[in-house]
Amino acid sequence: MLELKNVTFDVAEEHQQKEIIRNVSFTVDDNRFVVITGPNGGGKSTLAKLIAGIERPTSGSIYFNGEDITGLSVTERAKKGIGYAFQQPVRFKGIEVLDLLRIASGDRRMSVDKACGYLSEVGLCARDYVRREVNASLSGGELKRIEIATVLARSPEMAVFDEPEAGIDLWSFQNLIRVFEHMREKNRQRSILVISHQERILQIADEIIVIADGQVHAHDQREALLPELMSNGNAVNMACSKLTGSMEKENQ
Amino acid sequence: MDAIQKRILEEVADLHGVPEGAYNIRANGVSTDRRSTANIEITSKEDRSGIDIHIKPGTKNESCHIPVVLSQSGLEEVVYNDFYIGADSDVVIVAGCGIDNCGGKDSRHDGVHRFFVEKNAHVRYVEKHYGQGNGTGKKILNPVTEVHLAEDSSMEMEMVQIRGVDSTIRTTTAELAERAKLVVRERLMTHEDQRAESIYIVTMQGEGASADVVSRSVARDDSYQKFDSRIVGNCNCNGHTECDAIMMDHAHILAVPQLEANDLNASLIHEAAIGRIAGEQIIKLETLGLTEAEAEEEIINGFLK
Repeated sequence: MLELKNVTFDVAEEHQQKEIIRNVSFTVDDNRFVVITGPNGGGKSTLAKLIAGIERPTSGSIYFNGEDITGLSVTERAKKGIGYAFQQPVRFKGIEVLDLLRIASGDRRMSVDKACGYLSEVGLCARDYVRREVNASLSGGELKRIEIATVLARSPEMAVFDEPEAGIDLWSFQNLIRVFEHMREKNRQRSILVISHQERILQIADEIIVIADGQVHAHDQREALLPELMSNGNAVNMACSKLTGSMEKENQ
Repeated sequence: MDAIQKRILEEVADLHGVPEGAYNIRANGVSTDRRSTANIEITSKEDRSGIDIHIKPGTKNESCHIPVVLSQSGLEEVVYNDFYIGADSDVVIVAGCGIDNCGGKDSRHDGVHRFFVEKNAHVRYVEKHYGQGNGTGKKILNPVTEVHLAEDSSMEMEMVQIRGVDSTIRTTTAELAERAKLVVRERLMTHEDQRAESIYIVTMQGEGASADVVSRSVARDDSYQKFDSRIVGNCNCNGHTECDAIMMDHAHILAVPQLEANDLNASLIHEAAIGRIAGEQIIKLETLGLTEAEAEEEIINGFLK
């Protein structure tokens, strides 16, 4: 179980503090598929980085399975079972896809067959890719799928995906939905937290959290929240801004 | 051969015993063991220190090992080795030098290698340099390599220096005839206050020749590296040189890629990039459970693989 309590994150900008995340609290229970959505620039990716430990909150606390992990490093959080897929995957000269999957799994002698299994899951023809370097010779879409494969190989208890659909074509987008479904089937204790604008990903969520302006504007079961988000067309951004507007009116 | 010498031999030539094929092992200034084969003949030079290696035309899939081991502190030597590679042959040559210096005097080995590669022959050349020992004396290697590639011949050179050499100036010159091809892959890592200079001058004389000289290096601590690579195109030819370097700590790197085109049809490219390890690379590996130090090692190992 992951719990954020009153998490705030400021950055210094032109001699003044700017609040990126403002007093955010929510809980992700075990075996839940939660999608965080909301307008661009609302703080969603920052939230994912705060959970993975890449950024540290200015105030507030993050708990994982009841333990305060606010002060723990990225490595320590990874070892406790938090996985994180980058929105923009990193390239490495000389490191092969196989190397990366072996590092991810923690099994340095993981067989090529097993590594190929993870690549097949993300729709890559494994034999063509397992010995490729994770460098600029790979396309953005290929890198993105390899990034997701590293999280599959890691098999974390809490998997965080930052816009996994970005840069992925339609065919692998459908595949991506299946990847999430398989992840859930394989381990019922696992929770998945996805940052996404995609309606199809929102449709398979158990819960949806709407983040806008660095705050939680709504957090509810998918059945309760999705119709409202979708009522005015498919664009989540539009729906979110509408939702934000109506909330601001209520607050006045 | 004692235990120290055997250990160095493993490092520089991956040898755990007597190699297959032809070989000449030089230890502390003298040839200690040698074998010629039906197709590869190794003979001592008459006029100065060194050997001649003659490979018969048409020799295929054979190898020749010529490792050098120095374990006597203060020994300084210049050795001249000439390779005559017959037409249509396809061979692997493994050179390499390791120095163990536990004393206070400098140890130095300067190997001067000349390659005469005949028509349509192919050579894969592997050269590893390595140093060890806690003495205050320096471990110095200054290899000079001269390559002559005849028509349609090719040579792949793998130059590796990862650890323990205090000072090195590597000078490699090559001349390529029609359709000859040269590929150089240099991998270098320097530590502490070590200095390493690599100088390449590759001249393409014949139509259709191609050269690709690429260095990947890591400079740590207070070490200094200089990569000075010049590709000269005197005809219709293709040349590329690249220096890709990672800097750490307080290291210094100077990259000087140079192109000289003397013909309208010479197509020459150079690239050079120097920088620290990208922070996001470390973070990615940390999210996979590695510590910062482990992530750095992994990135460097991959980079120099």
